[in-house]
Amino acid sequence: MAEDTPPDTGDVDVVDEPNPEHDETVAVLRDRLGAGAILDHATVFANLVVRVAPTAWRSAAQVARDELACDYLSFISGIDWEPAPREGDDDSGDTSSPVQPTETTYGATGSAGRWQVFAHLQSTSTHRALTLKTDVDDTSPSVESWVPIYPGADWHERECWEMFGIVFDGHPALRHLYLPSDFEGHPLRKDFPLLARVVKPWPGLVDVEPMPDEPAADDGGGEGAAE
Amino acid sequence: MSALPVLALQLGWGTTLAIKTLIILAIIPLGALILGYTFLLKMMSHMQSRLGPMDPGGFHGWYQLVGDGLKFLQKEDIMPAQADRRVFAVAPAVVVLSTFLVFLVIPIGPDLVVKNLDVGVFYALAVSSLSVIGVLMAGWASANKYALLGALRAAAQLIAYELPLLLAVVGVVIQASTMNLQGIVLAQQNGAIFGFSGLGQPFILTQFVGFALFLVAAQAELTQTPFDMPVAESELVAGYMVEYTGFRFLFFFIGEFGTAFGFAAIAATLFLGGWAIPGVHGTWANILGPFVLFAKLMAVAFIMFWVRFTYPRLREDQLQAVAWKYLIPLGLANILLTGVFKVAF
Amino acid sequence: MSTTEARPPAFQVDRAALRHLADAQVNVELDTGDMILNLGPQHPATHGTLRLVVRLDGERVVSADPVIGYMHRGYEKLTEFRTYPQITTLINRIDWLSSFANEVPFLNAAEQLMGIEAPPRSQYIRTVLTELSRIATFLLFLGEMGLQVGALTPAFYGFRDREHILNLIEAATGGRFHPNFNRIGGLKDDLPWGWIAECRSAMKIVLDACDDFEDLVLGNEIFEARTRGIGIVPAGVGASYGVSGSNLRASGVDWDLRRDARPYLVYPELDFKVWTHPDGDSYSRYWIRLQETRESARMVLQCLDQIPAGPIMAKVPRIIKVPEGETWVETENPLGQMGYYVISKGATGPFRVKIRSASFSNVSILPWLLRGVYVPDVITILASLYFILGDIDR
Repeated sequence: MAEDTPPDTGDVDVVDEPNPEHDETVAVLRDRLGAGAILDHATVFANLVVRVAPTAWRSAAQVARDELACDYLSFISGIDWEPAPREGDDDSGDTSSPVQPTETTYGATGSAGRWQVFAHLQSTSTHRALTLKTDVDDTSPSVESWVPIYPGADWHERECWEMFGIVFDGHPALRHLYLPSDFEGHPLRKDFPLLARVVKPWPGLVDVEPMPDEPAADDGGGEGAAE
Repeated sequence: MSALPVLALQLGWGTTLAIKTLIILAIIPLGALILGYTFLLKMMSHMQSRLGPMDPGGFHGWYQLVGDGLKFLQKEDIMPAQADRRVFAVAPAVVVLSTFLVFLVIPIGPDLVVKNLDVGVFYALAVSSLSVIGVLMAGWASANKYALLGALRAAAQLIAYELPLLLAVVGVVIQASTMNLQGIVLAQQNGAIFGFSGLGQPFILTQFVGFALFLVAAQAELTQTPFDMPVAESELVAGYMVEYTGFRFLFFFIGEFGTAFGFAAIAATLFLGGWAIPGVHGTWANILGPFVLFAKLMAVAFIMFWVRFTYPRLREDQLQAVAWKYLIPLGLANILLTGVFKVAF
Repeated sequence: MSTTEARPPAFQVDRAALRHLADAQVNVELDTGDMILNLGPQHPATHGTLRLVVRLDGERVVSADPVIGYMHRGYEKLTEFRTYPQITTLINRIDWLSSFANEVPFLNAAEQLMGIEAPPRSQYIRTVLTELSRIATFLLFLGEMGLQVGALTPAFYGFRDREHILNLIEAATGGRFHPNFNRIGGLKDDLPWGWIAECRSAMKIVLDACDDFEDLVLGNEIFEARTRGIGIVPAGVGASYGVSGSNLRASGVDWDLRRDARPYLVYPELDFKVWTHPDGDSYSRYWIRLQETRESARMVLQCLDQIPAGPIMAKVPRIIKVPEGETWVETENPLGQMGYYVISKGATGPFRVKIRSASFSNVSILPWLLRGVYVPDVITILASLYFILGDIDR
């Protein structure tokens, strides 16, 4: 991977050399959960990502813990695949703020819709690692809770609910973790604005004031085209 | 005493009482100041590889505590809204009162003692335990859960460590055959070590177990680390004193360090010979006595504060275990041995 | 389902919410009442604005509920609006005591997506600075755990010895706490003249300081009495809560991402030992961090012997656009396992960054761990788990 220039376009599925451990993991999952439960899988930069059906979310965790010796829960979180709010043009040369694409793409293992929940598990003994993803229904976002299997899922699921609005069935007490109890809205959703931008829209790259001995810069960035 | 032979004055009873009261009232904050500055500010700082106050007063910041005291005096008198007002106000006074009463029996010269009680030792230990009431009053009246926790811990601890304190002293009393503090000092001054009377017979030589017990118990009575659960800084943030500011807090501070001064003086009197230098009697003893006692009590206080800055604190149940399971049996064994040796030799 | 409808105000203990964690059974003979005590958010023992609502029965904790979020800065939302160099500045401040170590996994993820590898010299310097920040954090821990237990003096020694490390970091990067020194493809600048010799002498000071701490603190009987057997985290329970780093190694789990995960920086070329301890109590957590401080100092000395000459920055385009893709990079940070799941859509900033911070999981075990312990032991356990609020709250 030691290249000097980056590749031109990104490949969605960057697959490394075939990895027998990953194949074995997928085989075990497929065996226990049923072939229909594994919707997609990919090896991305030596990480195995497996997308399972929503009905098999908790059983996938059970299989991972019991059969694959994945006793370590790293995190559970969510993804909102809707495109981010746009703040300028691609060609303005304005490096002060990213310009996200407006098309919706779904990453390495795809997605059925806007919401996904993903989690990362590891084994402290065999050092096996596994990223599980699942789709979440748009209209009533709800997913099985992992708390009966990994007690640590408690806080991760609380955070995911508070940030995305995804409800976890079977969680003992889904309440706010970071935000005050009376907070309205789910901040990490793409339609929840960054309040700093609402207060003052991003001005783009503004003229930089020259140093005392320098002449005024002519094109020191120029006015940003972000409006 | 009603007359100082040196001054050859005959003063009335009331005037003498007033002078003595004023002297003690002056000594308490002065002693607290000296101990606080020397050990808390300077010795602790140097042990922690820092300098401590350097600016106030010019020379190594000697004025720091005086300035602190004045600062406390001019602060607003805040009381929590739900506090029990009268109890809250009286509690610091109770603590300082017990400190004041201890100083009444400490001799600083052969004729210089406020009241030469025959039960001096018994009296000193009895009144020093009055401070428990003050602490409990402070903790309860503060209407604060942290204060309450601190006060309850303090009550249990202070009562538990009264016994080792007492048992440590009983050995000295047996050896000196008197409870009179002046008598104990004279017994050490006039005693002899295996026939050699040049150094007198400081009781620390024979009562080393008692001395160690006394220091440990005094450390606990003063709620100093390793026994500072009631005031555990990193948990309770000043424990039972947490709601006190201004001059009430100053009273607690003076009470704490004044009592440290008093306990160090008592330890120096009981174990190191107090004001006495062997061979110095009469007027010279009256003049040099206070300085000798001061030097000895600073040595004792040095040990007490050194331990304070070095050790972590014991948990409450471990603290109680130390008192009841280790110190008290040790004290009893010490008394037994002392009695045996006293009769045998 | 969830209890989103009727939520009690934040300052009240939500009894219903805690029902799933069985209360510790204390004082079953005397049915004494409970007292609710708020440890924090302003409290000297909670390392910042952590609030622990504990229900006490006398001096024993019946149940504990950590309330976090007083320092929540919304990093994951912010990263959606920032370019990669701007995010480097942000993530410095997640674990502010070992700032350099926070930048490494994120920039590794970006470099992976771009297919860039930083040149060897910058990899070595990155390793040295990461280990220096680990030493700096641990020296502070070695001092302040003594402080939490009641010994005032070790804290000053910890800060004093840490100054040497901070001076080194400042000489190299310009900032004591927030270096902001990493760039995609390498580092901002090379090391100054004479830095390597200074670093060597500082490591000698660190090794001496570790010996001092071993005598002063570990050897102290009262410290042992306060920490042995307190806050035992069984390995299985710890792993299922996501406890990582020194905390998990103190429970006997032989797992260190520098050795076991996908190789990053120059750790494959260094010879170091991974320390474990079977007990899992507060004493072993202190012991492990002491050994790891020594190990880090030795690793720094090895790196300094092996630093090659060469460029410190790979060829990187002026405007950095990271191609579409997603990756997960995790590293062994001083506080534990830190990871970034970076999803990129080809823009100059990421699409979604999931920041997995170590202290978040370390603190999530507190409701389970604190049942039935004494109040002073709560302080000891908090001190031994060693979390940073910025790491919990992001």
